[in-house]
Amino acid sequence: MSDFNPTILAFCCNWCSYAGADLAGVSRLQMPPNVHVVRVMCSASVKGEYILKAISQGVDGVLVLGCHIGDCHYMTGNHRTAKRIPVVQKLLKDVGFDERRVRLDWVSAAEGEKFQRVITEFVEEIKGLGPNPVREVMS
Amino acid sequence: MARIGVFICHCGHNIASAVAVEEVVKFARTLPDVVYSDHNLYSCSEEGLGSIKKSIEENKLDRVVVAACTPRTHEPLFRRLCEQAGINKYLFEFVNIREHCSWIHAKEPNAATEKAKKLVAMGVSKAALLEPQVESESGVIPTAVVIGGGLAGLTAAASLVAQDIDTHLIEMEGKLGGQLNDISILAPNFEKSADLLNKLVSELKKSERGHIHLGAKLVDVKGFVGNFEITVEEEGVQNKIPAGAIILATGTQEHQPEGEYGFRKAPGVVTQLEFERALQRGEVPKRVVFIQCVGSRQPGREYCSRICCNTSLKNALRVVEAGGTAAIIHRDIMSYGAAWEELYRQASERGVAFFRYSLEDKPRISAENKHILVEVFDDNLGEGVTLHTDLVVLATPLVSRDDSGDVSRMLKVPRDKNGFYLEAHVKLRPIEFATDGVFICGSARWPSSAREVMCQALAAAAKAAIPIKRGKVVTEAITAWSDPDKCAGCGNCVIACPYEAIEIVDQDGRKIAKVNETQCKGCGNCVAACPNDAMQQRGFTTRQLSAMIDALVKRALEESS
Ligand SMILES: Cc1cc2nc3c(=O)[nH]c(=O)nc-3n(C[C@H](O)[C@H](O)[C@H](O)COP(=O)(O)OP(=O)(O)OC[C@H]3O[C@@H](n4cnc5c(N)ncnc54)[C@H](O)[C@@H]3O)c2cc1C
Ligand code: FES
Repeated sequence: MSDFNPTILAFCCNWCSYAGADLAGVSRLQMPPNVHVVRVMCSASVKGEYILKAISQGVDGVLVLGCHIGDCHYMTGNHRTAKRIPVVQKLLKDVGFDERRVRLDWVSAAEGEKFQRVITEFVEEIKGLGPNPVREVMS
Repeated sequence: MARIGVFICHCGHNIASAVAVEEVVKFARTLPDVVYSDHNLYSCSEEGLGSIKKSIEENKLDRVVVAACTPRTHEPLFRRLCEQAGINKYLFEFVNIREHCSWIHAKEPNAATEKAKKLVAMGVSKAALLEPQVESESGVIPTAVVIGGGLAGLTAAASLVAQDIDTHLIEMEGKLGGQLNDISILAPNFEKSADLLNKLVSELKKSERGHIHLGAKLVDVKGFVGNFEITVEEEGVQNKIPAGAIILATGTQEHQPEGEYGFRKAPGVVTQLEFERALQRGEVPKRVVFIQCVGSRQPGREYCSRICCNTSLKNALRVVEAGGTAAIIHRDIMSYGAAWEELYRQASERGVAFFRYSLEDKPRISAENKHILVEVFDDNLGEGVTLHTDLVVLATPLVSRDDSGDVSRMLKVPRDKNGFYLEAHVKLRPIEFATDGVFICGSARWPSSAREVMCQALAAAAKAAIPIKRGKVVTEAITAWSDPDKCAGCGNCVIACPYEAIEIVDQDGRKIAKVNETQCKGCGNCVAACPNDAMQQRGFTTRQLSAMIDALVKRALEESS
């Protein structure tokens, strides 16, 4: 399905990943326009419910981006993120979604290029997976 | 019903070259609760701000959304504008359509415009649910604690007492002065370090504001800016010191080059600090060879410790001064700055020999009769040289203290990959930690000369004095609160909170979570940990974030149909 234009949500922590996304912008790094960033203070404030809600309503993919382990502005926040996201992925898998629709990655404030790479790769991956199956049910 | 105004910025061509700004303005008018929408050439210019303010007043707006650049730089500006226009500054929402849209989709104007619409729709849906906030203020304990009684800690403490602030200086050893106790003469001016120390110590002792704790072990640090509690163990007794601000000045330790160049195996091979002690005892050998960068600037420890070249220059000059000879085997001489460069010139003039080695071909040491042979391939001469000497001094780097990990955990402050403490931002917020109310100075931050250490210490004292002199601290209203009707008192939030800001309290016979707002840093970790949706973060409530997801889904569906 070549004209599939996925809708993707990305939660970025204020201190690292949002700043990394800003840096990608300042550096004019080009990337696919499918990803919509929601700023949160820490990746560990992203409730599993948000991800489940987004996927169950037809969002094609959800990214959670935080500071590298050891760099979380709130010290150990991202340790919780690292534990939480696999649980969410498993839950999604259990109810029949492809767990690759959710991805966790670390992007520091200095990693504009990594932000570009993560976005580009994730959009490609979601394109490969095709539209969120819920979409068909809904339309 | 909210009355939302949406302002889309062209940012000159920066946004408008990819995003059809006027189309987004029209789209915004179709969104729920939006009563007004407009565009500005530059929203942040005086003209832009003036026009937004006028629109707020004329249209009786009660919420403002600006779609422009990044909140990380411009949110304070627009929040202030809202305040000036009579709206609580927390009723403002920023949408980033420059860094996150026009700049990164420069060649796809249609897609960029559609994305900007979605982002605006998301921002508007959140804005509708924003609530006015009051920033909380709390008092400040008018006392400072300085940890570490070396040159840095002493300078900071002396400055604080001079500002009439009660200051506790915590030193783990039985004596103040730190490394300077072993270093009698300080380059570049060859001043006596004892003079420097004595002056600072007497200033501190003279003032009734100064409280010196010797042989004091740091046990625990609790609390937050304005209201810390530092537990210190002295002679087996634990004391709690309440304080408004903390300065960390714990210094470093000298790297011990075990096994290198015969260190601790062959006699006559010492570290620079050991040599300083010998000089202090008046033991000056006839011939001394210094080897630089032992254990630094190589794989495993890449950094330059900054003070070792200057120290060798100083001590080589002292040897020459006493009638001996000195050679410095180096990789490059780092005598940065005018005074130190002058020291290098003096050393060259006074006959100190310099040889340059490369990492691939390090000098070799062997013993012969009563003296030591040092063989080095000099890069500049392009040939091997053999030196006969009585003493080899290994200039090793200052490294982070073995216990710095424990201290960093206690104070909740970060360290860099080399174990040195990491300030909030090298250029924008030097000396400060990201944790409010905790400051760093001296060689614990990075190996520094005495003069640099004193500058940093004065800066730290000035910054630590700010909350104490103000007498209050204001917390950004992005703190968490718990809804008592939903809270089951499970305590997950207590475990999730990195700041010990939440406790379970008894309320009408029921256990519920309670957030201490001055202690809360607004990370939202508790929100995600709460199974009952009772924990909420101001400005990032679960309703607000859910509304953003709904808005994205809605717009995506509209777009595809
Ligand atoms: C060999 C050598 C020669 C030098 N020569 C020169 C020179 O000629 N000119 C010059 O400008 N600079 C020189 N320096 C640099 C200078 O000595 C340092 O910059 C300065 O002494 C650093 O002071 P400080 O207070 O940061 O650290 P330190 O002197 O290391 O003091 C830290 C103090 O904190 C205490 N402490 C540590 N942890 C704790 C804790 N948890 N609780 C309580 N107390 C704690 C330690 O006991 C110590 O007293 C030299 C350095 C060396 C190693
Ligand atoms: S602040 Fe970035 S992950 Fe916690």
